[in-house]
Amino acid sequence: MLVTNIEIIPGKRVKEHLGLVQGSSVRAKHLGRDIMAGLKNIFGGELKGYTELLQESREEAMERMIQQAEAVGANAVLNVRFSTSSIAAGAAELFAYGTAVVLE
Amino acid sequence: MADLIIFLVLLAMGYGFGRYAEAKHYKSIIQREAEFRDIPVVTSKFPPLTKPLSDVELVTGSVVISVDYFKRFIAGLRNLVGGRVTAYETLLDRARREAILRMQEEARAFGGYIIFNVKLETSSIHKGRKNSIGAVEVLAYGTVLIKQ
Repeated sequence: MLVTNIEIIPGKRVKEHLGLVQGSSVRAKHLGRDIMAGLKNIFGGELKGYTELLQESREEAMERMIQQAEAVGANAVLNVRFSTSSIAAGAAELFAYGTAVVLE
Repeated sequence: MADLIIFLVLLAMGYGFGRYAEAKHYKSIIQREAEFRDIPVVTSKFPPLTKPLSDVELVTGSVVISVDYFKRFIAGLRNLVGGRVTAYETLLDRARREAILRMQEEARAFGGYIIFNVKLETSSIHKGRKNSIGAVEVLAYGTVLIKQ
């Protein structure tokens, strides 16, 4: 499964468009990470726990998008975009979407 | 009185540690930017035609950075009079450059030589009203061309 954020793959032709596929994941932070983040808020600097958490949930969102693409019989997802939104205090949604296609 | 002492201590700690952390971070950013200069990052949508045909791969880099107590206080004061909030400007600058560097790191692991169609996304992370976290998340993503 090829996943990229460009519309045209150099040297390959799109045989069939299968439409939009998407995946999302909502995660909350656990208490330990919140306490560390609170401390970091005094000193400043990177919140490693949050970076990891968001990275993990982004990977999961992408995984779900790929599953959906596989289900419709695609072999590539083009023009992938990411978006992050905070829904409630302490929870964030990571969203990935793209176009499923069949490449030659 | 005790509240005031705690506040002043937090302010001083934020100022000291925050300045130190920022200087250290900028030093590391400048050093690594020089290191990754051979992997250009461009925002154009299509790969340069002069490059040979190659494999492509999606690469991402993300970072969450928090502002220190002192800077948050200064930014709060700035809110009263308006104007440039330099305290937050450096925070965002650091976060963006760090995210791009991490993306380049991933590109190097793939053996890529150019990243194009780069998009940057910024979102702020809050944690309720009372003890709000002044942190930003920056995500950089793009497509890397890999030598075949």
